[in-house]
Amino acid sequence: MAVLTPSSVLRRRRNTIRATDNRWSQLRHRFDLSGTPYLYIAPFFVAFGVFGLFPLLYTGWMAITQWNRDIPGSEHTFVGLGNFARLVHDDYFWNALRNTAAIGVLGTVPQLLLAMWIAHLLQRKMRGRTLLRMGVLLPNITSVAAVGLIFAQLFGRDLGLINWGLSLVGIDKVDWQSGTWQSWVALGVILTWRWTGYNSLIYLAALQAVSDDLYEAADLDGASQFQKFRTITVPALRPTIIFSVIMSTIGTIQLFTEPLMFNPGMSPTGGDSRQFQTLAMYVYEQFWTHGKYSYAATVSWAMFMIIVLAVGANYLLSRRIRSSS
Amino acid sequence: MTLIPVSRAMTGGRRPGQRAAAPAQRRAGTRTYVLLGIIAAVSAFPLYWSLVAASNDNSAAGSWPPKLLPGTHLWANLQQAYTQANFGLALLNSIIVATLITVCVVLTSTLAGFAFAKLRFRGSNALLGILLVTMMVPAQLGIIPLYIMMSQWLGWTGHLQAVIVPAATSAFGVFLVRQYLSDALPTALLEAGRMDGCSTHRLYWHVVLPAARPVAAVLALFTFMNAWNDFFWPLLALGQGNPTTQVALSTLAGGYYMDYSLVLAGTLISTAPVLLVFLFLGKQIIGGIMQGAVKA
Repeated sequence: MAVLTPSSVLRRRRNTIRATDNRWSQLRHRFDLSGTPYLYIAPFFVAFGVFGLFPLLYTGWMAITQWNRDIPGSEHTFVGLGNFARLVHDDYFWNALRNTAAIGVLGTVPQLLLAMWIAHLLQRKMRGRTLLRMGVLLPNITSVAAVGLIFAQLFGRDLGLINWGLSLVGIDKVDWQSGTWQSWVALGVILTWRWTGYNSLIYLAALQAVSDDLYEAADLDGASQFQKFRTITVPALRPTIIFSVIMSTIGTIQLFTEPLMFNPGMSPTGGDSRQFQTLAMYVYEQFWTHGKYSYAATVSWAMFMIIVLAVGANYLLSRRIRSSS
Repeated sequence: MTLIPVSRAMTGGRRPGQRAAAPAQRRAGTRTYVLLGIIAAVSAFPLYWSLVAASNDNSAAGSWPPKLLPGTHLWANLQQAYTQANFGLALLNSIIVATLITVCVVLTSTLAGFAFAKLRFRGSNALLGILLVTMMVPAQLGIIPLYIMMSQWLGWTGHLQAVIVPAATSAFGVFLVRQYLSDALPTALLEAGRMDGCSTHRLYWHVVLPAARPVAAVLALFTFMNAWNDFFWPLLALGQGNPTTQVALSTLAGGYYMDYSLVLAGTLISTAPVLLVFLFLGKQIIGGIMQGAVKA
């Protein structure tokens, strides 16, 4: 149906449409410039707030209550720093801290030294380079749960392959699971096996920046492999070493799955006399086995403080090393 | 699960995506080959040995000296482990969980990484600082409230979203993409897009995402493998009723009597998918670690 409209009206209407159109698109454009960035970062920050920051803060809140799974309403009982007072006198906590520290040292120090050496070797031009690098990285992509189970068998007392290998060179059977230092060594070996290749690739990446001339000059001076390693490779790696020490520290303080799987029957006590119960296993035991929510949160919070302290100490130490050299 | 970045300073100031100017590297001697060969063999041995144990029957686990060669029971053990630990459901769950986490992490990381690298907005530096701090805080420390949240407030325990949603973003991923785009995406390209009247959304879709493809691929690989291998949280949040592969594996080992060849057949099942990925994309994975570095 055709309707006759005076052309002036039509024109006016068209103009108003265009004006609001313009205003609308300007608004949209302005929002696009100033609002969209927040829209883009929102998913991360919202998710982190809800599933990262909030649980962490709530852990601190839980630590000052007496929340027990089996006592309804107990989450409203406040005990102030009571849980922390208990923690200080809790032998099992100190035991777990000692185990974690021992396993951490045994699993980190040889590992990083070995990783530096492997990076030094991998740095050279060679055939099958990708294949060798893949071989070195293989342990790292294997699932932790599988690693723990496989090594639990390898370290078996009576029928384990490692004791068999030791018996060939005349060493008596070692009880890797029941012994205290024995289990620490075994877990240190597992950590070393799993992480050495990964760290050697990190070091290798840092080494790519080292000029080949340095090595060539050393060759001309008749330096040995080890001398070159000690005087060129290691100093070049220093900042990376500091970084990997800090990361390994954070990782080992949370050590959980390997020792859990290492124990036959997967009990979180870490052996009959808690010889290899780590801090994270102790949290799990308090939380899951005993339902002591608040106390488990207290141990978690203590772990957090330990991580902060350890990272801080690492940082200070590394600064001193750097400034003295 | 935490992901760890290695800043560029630590990878020798090399930009991601930029090839190392390969200097005339020294050639490796025989000794180097032998040493590296031994190291690779030690690295692979436990996996080989689990294949040996999984292919013999359980009586072989009691033999002394231990068997070192594969036997003939592999298929039977795999089948039995598969049914006994409910691996059918577990594998399906793991595929769903790992895939969805990967898609979400890549999407949210490229969005936020783009914003931090190329968009100007108030507070961006402070927010980036917060992001960097969050990377250092291990999520495991908040695991108890997270469990309470899932079980008592949301009622998600036993459902896959309990594992997917908390892992759907990654501070590390945002940072990785930001570092990459800061260097690899020319601002002039974005400005040209703006001149042509592109909205930010269109820029993201048509310019940023294609440019971010290399870093997104590396991020996807690592996110997938980490999600696949994650154990602690799925154990709490899903339990044995609706397990992921790693949780199902732990049921095989949970009893006091353990059938070793079954347990090790289980480790093969749970590792095989990631091993396959590694076999085909190993080079990219190694490149990823060396460029911007990642870790579980």
